[in-house]
Amino acid sequence: MYQFVTGPLAWFAFAVFFIGIIVRTVWYIRGLNWQMDRVAYRPHMRYGIRGAVRSIGYWLMPYGTHSWRNNPFFTLLVFLLHIGLLLTPLFLLGHNVLLQERWGFSLPTISESAADLLTILVIVSAVFLVLRRIALTEVRIITDVKDYLMIAVAVAPFVTGLIAHYQIGNYQFWLILHILCGELFLIAIPLTKLSHFILFFMSRAQLGMDYGIKRGGMKGKGLAW
Amino acid sequence: MAEGKLCNKKTVDKIEQLNELLSDKSGKQYYEEMNYLDVDDKALWATMQKTLKSRLKTWLEICSHCGLCAESCFYYLANDRDPKQVPSYKIQDTLGQLLKRKGKVDNEFMQYCMDTAFAKCTCCTRCGVYCPFGIDTGIMFSYLRGLLFSQGFTPWEMKIGSGMHRIFRAQMDVTTEDWTETCEWMAEEYEDDWPGLKIPIDVQDADILYTVNAREPKHYPEDLAEAAILFHIAGENWTVPSEGWEETSLAMFAGDWAACKMQVESVYDAMKRLNPKRMVVTECGHAYRATVIEGPYWAGLKTGQTPIPSFHYVEWVAEALRTGKLKIDPAKKIKEPVTYQDSCNYIRNAGLKDVAREIMSYIAEDFREMSPCKEHNFCCGGGGGLNGIGRYRPQRNVGLKVKRDQILQTGAKLVIAPCHNCWDAIRDLEEVYDIGIRWSFLKPLLISMVEVPEHLQPKDE
Repeated sequence: MYQFVTGPLAWFAFAVFFIGIIVRTVWYIRGLNWQMDRVAYRPHMRYGIRGAVRSIGYWLMPYGTHSWRNNPFFTLLVFLLHIGLLLTPLFLLGHNVLLQERWGFSLPTISESAADLLTILVIVSAVFLVLRRIALTEVRIITDVKDYLMIAVAVAPFVTGLIAHYQIGNYQFWLILHILCGELFLIAIPLTKLSHFILFFMSRAQLGMDYGIKRGGMKGKGLAW
Repeated sequence: MAEGKLCNKKTVDKIEQLNELLSDKSGKQYYEEMNYLDVDDKALWATMQKTLKSRLKTWLEICSHCGLCAESCFYYLANDRDPKQVPSYKIQDTLGQLLKRKGKVDNEFMQYCMDTAFAKCTCCTRCGVYCPFGIDTGIMFSYLRGLLFSQGFTPWEMKIGSGMHRIFRAQMDVTTEDWTETCEWMAEEYEDDWPGLKIPIDVQDADILYTVNAREPKHYPEDLAEAAILFHIAGENWTVPSEGWEETSLAMFAGDWAACKMQVESVYDAMKRLNPKRMVVTECGHAYRATVIEGPYWAGLKTGQTPIPSFHYVEWVAEALRTGKLKIDPAKKIKEPVTYQDSCNYIRNAGLKDVAREIMSYIAEDFREMSPCKEHNFCCGGGGGLNGIGRYRPQRNVGLKVKRDQILQTGAKLVIAPCHNCWDAIRDLEEVYDIGIRWSFLKPLLISMVEVPEHLQPKDE
């Protein structure tokens, strides 16, 4: 079982993930249309790139935009969640040992306590984000089952990973479940709303180009995000 | 297919059709007929498949339902934080559903979409600035308006407005003769006070081609005279075109994209015909947005730019003050607290925030910013055509509360609003809420403050 989930199934999950995000990116760009979007992308590429970089940059910075600053607690949760989601699986010692073993290369690693902290922050942030969904009427009204499912899919590898790491209960069971959850997460990224993994950048770049080229970017200093 | 006599999927291209619509008072029959209008779901879906691409599809798909857009929307705030006013909810429940159901929707749903797209969104695009994914619901509602228009579900005034553009190339029934006569009349009317004052029509190779909002010749001709006086004092070599003088676009509010194209092309033709160095548009927000920002795309101009460089009136004023073409008499500067209404259409959607501040630095001693301001300012409440739609007057009036409170917070009693729709909305909010404010375009204020060179002053007899 372990061989299967870390072997063929892992290959499959990574393939879906990588091919999927490439396809999503290509689809997105191919579906842009200067006349329908009403943005002259090509003739003003320099202004467009400047707008795109500003649009992505400000929003990647914690508290970098008006919207982030207006919602300090939410912003904290979002950044903690995403930092943990990205860094932990990439730089976890255990993952890199496996990576070295199987594919002959590895990435730098973080300490176990740092990984634990990030994992716990991911779980705590997710819990608070769920509570926020339930508590705030303006969020509740737009929330559907999928929103909860997405959070579950994203956080499950962290919960199972933590349990397996501390060997609570049956280690083999939790380890395999952890791996399956991680693979499900990878597969879900290109196929669901989690595609914002890449489409965040596409969409932000597009609106940035819109503002950078058409809506004032060529006349003023650019929008104060 | 059930089609009404007045309410139908046909565009208004003949004066007889227009007159029939106009004679239906407040659109009573029109809206009655709308209840029986069939939805051509095949055509609707076909249009969506052709036009709903990457950008819109992604926006609808990846919305994480975080709710950050809620507080960005003045309708949400003005309606006591009604969750049904959250932008994400409004668009998912209309365009989102339309996509999910592949266009298979009924009359009731289309009317719900129309009511939402017009009475719950002015397409101010503020929400797009507050969404982490850059989801611009205002743009999506504008797109939805286009789908609705193609199916005949558009407010009565919007049907008339787009018809006006199709027939008169103006949002009102102002003919070429009406327009040129108004220009001549205004020049004569003010000539005694301003010796040598002219409104030059169709002059070739002028420095400035001046274009307006049809409301000016129709209802406020003195605005035209004021523009002439300021150009006269500044010594500008300017002209107006006899045709292609109208910048506004009710067709844009309606989502009648074919009419949008016809309208802006009339202006671009004037540019080509008269070969001026640049164009200056009057103090109107959506006119500038339509003709200068969006228009080139409707007309298929790949550079996304008008055939000659085009400027909003505030840009010309700032330049004239900066270069000394217009000099303000320091004793006549505005002494009282004064605030400035940032129009969504040329501030957020065209980046002219600093130009507006530059003007205020020349003319006001106690300028007070609204909070929030510049590209973060709230819509006046009358944008997106809402000022002119009788059916949605109650919703519009509720929406005005946000602007009312913003103005009150500044402590200023004078609001400068260089945008026709903002100007109207602020006038109406004073009428509805009676907060004791005055409002003005820039032109009359500038004329009262500007130093007039000796040779331009009237000679004593």
